[in-house]
Amino acid sequence: MKKTLFDKIWDSHVVESIPNGPDILYIDKHLIHEVTSPQAFQELKERKITVFRPDKTIATADHNTPTENQHLPVKDLLSRKQLQELTQNCKENNISLYGLGHPFNGIVHVMAPELGITQPGMTVVCGDSHTSTHGAFGTISFGIGTSQVAQVFASQSLLVEKPKKLRVNVNGKLKNGVTPKDVILFIISELGTNSGTGYFCEYAGNVFEKMSMEGRMTVCNMSIEMGARGGLIAPDETTYNYLKGREFAPKGEKFEQLQTYWESLKTDEDAKFDQEYYFDAEEIEPMITYGTNPGMGIKITATIPVNKNKSTEKALDYMGFSPGESLINKPINYIFIGSCTNSRIEDFRIAAHYIKGKQKATNVNALIVPGSQQVAAQIKAEGLHIIFEEAGFQLRQPGCSACLAMNDDKIPAGEYCVSTSNRNFEGRQGQGSRTILASPLTAAATAIAGKIVDFTKHLN
Amino acid sequence: MEKFITLTHTAVPLEMENIDTDQIIPARFLKATDKAGFGDNLFRDWRYDQEENLKKNFPLNQEKYQGEILVAGDNFGCGSSREHAAWAIKAYGFKVVVSSYFADIFKGNSLNNGLLPVQVSPNFLMETFKAIEEKPTTKIKIDLENQVIKLIDKNLEEKFEIDTYKKMCLINGFDDIDFLVNKLDKIKTFEKHQTL
Repeated sequence: MKKTLFDKIWDSHVVESIPNGPDILYIDKHLIHEVTSPQAFQELKERKITVFRPDKTIATADHNTPTENQHLPVKDLLSRKQLQELTQNCKENNISLYGLGHPFNGIVHVMAPELGITQPGMTVVCGDSHTSTHGAFGTISFGIGTSQVAQVFASQSLLVEKPKKLRVNVNGKLKNGVTPKDVILFIISELGTNSGTGYFCEYAGNVFEKMSMEGRMTVCNMSIEMGARGGLIAPDETTYNYLKGREFAPKGEKFEQLQTYWESLKTDEDAKFDQEYYFDAEEIEPMITYGTNPGMGIKITATIPVNKNKSTEKALDYMGFSPGESLINKPINYIFIGSCTNSRIEDFRIAAHYIKGKQKATNVNALIVPGSQQVAAQIKAEGLHIIFEEAGFQLRQPGCSACLAMNDDKIPAGEYCVSTSNRNFEGRQGQGSRTILASPLTAAATAIAGKIVDFTKHLN
Repeated sequence: MEKFITLTHTAVPLEMENIDTDQIIPARFLKATDKAGFGDNLFRDWRYDQEENLKKNFPLNQEKYQGEILVAGDNFGCGSSREHAAWAIKAYGFKVVVSSYFADIFKGNSLNNGLLPVQVSPNFLMETFKAIEEKPTTKIKIDLENQVIKLIDKNLEEKFEIDTYKKMCLINGFDDIDFLVNKLDKIKTFEKHQTL
């Protein structure tokens, strides 16, 4: 039978299929962090069981960490306690922890791929919905709840029903100024926030083939924003070149052997999907959102759709926008470049390239938060920090930061923030904050202009 | 896990689509390291304004709406994987959530905590909202064994789907950890034959 990439990986990880029930799916890598793991460790303690495969579990601290003075004790008591508990739990269970200050520390979906922990053909889970990111390497990666974190601790397996399969094809040439973030925001705006529920989504077509690993991660990251549990892209030379030489990637002959296997991880011709969509790359333009879910996106030059529906009206009321309005020239006081969607080196290169020699507008607070210590080091190595500092942008230490505002990095109530993160839900970036999702390039251009502008006119 | 067999109760309506887990429990309340106390912060920013005053128009704050069943618009529980959302709904006192569509992770999290997500047709959901609006004390019956939800005053009922294995877990109060720990030998055998 013809198989999709997803089928091939799934089928090779089924320990047992329960009749009329779910599959027992084996998990190759379990990534954990401070926020969704403590109650799972507690569960183990109560049942007097230990972590079954600590060598397949990797921990980082990211959600609830400060982005300033990371060398000092964390000021917020509850946050400090949560971080201490992670350290203690990892120690007791022999789990490798790359905590605050460690050179491998960073946002879980940035640090694991850059360390070569994520490899094609694997199953990867984490108590975080953006685990879909790792699908960029041709893996089955998905977010889980804390009960499931405990299940993986106990058995390195999960009971899961096999999802349906969806493929999104984008072919053609992307226009100047259109980045991977715009591609995924465009797809979600076309398909809606629940179009992917119950599915795993494969991204195919020459747009993704030509995309860097960083770009593929941005796309797969937001699969969950259309409801899909995960997204994935077939591994290819780009994937292998990215992996080679990374800290935990296989080396030498082992790499060659695995690569032969990885090369078989492609959807067979004529394999069947439950749902399939096609888009032309030329249709895509820089995108922004105007509402309170990531599906409420428009081309930056377009106007807000007129849609009489209670939920849309509530969203527009929250955002302070009107149907039919254009967002061009809307003054913006905050921009945030960071989060597991857009905090990799390529994102900062794109932003720095645009910013170089310019100054941020005086009304703007511009926050730059690298995804990991390694990205932060690379920013310095390439001298990008000088560009950001000279332009008046604040460069912070790594973490999830203002994406979910668990730490002090919050957007004040009523203020707009053009943000490279993944969710524009009410209050996501702080109580009353209003998020406009966009690419790092759009965020950089907004910071310079102090308002939303059609920057594509000025690109060379 | 607490058993769930059948429930007949009144309901609280939340007629909004795409209610995400950031609304159910905002991120600033995720600093706790145990499962207790999340009920107080359920829908925190919809229940209270920034000065901590109750927002009178929000259905959970309206005295006429009481009950152990939460009825919500399409695509309930989208967004973050935080299980705290299911804990908060359960701790507040709800045992069932009715919607025409649930986000995957939320649905799984609910089932793992004995909170039953009942997915109904858009039409049945509309009828349910209407029934509650007409008579807030109207009762809804959920019969898990037969997989039927019934609007008692309207004598209107609908079958709902649930995974057979999950249904067995809820009726018996079993959870997945027990099941998986019993399979460890099989899992070890599987590991020996792995390519990766």
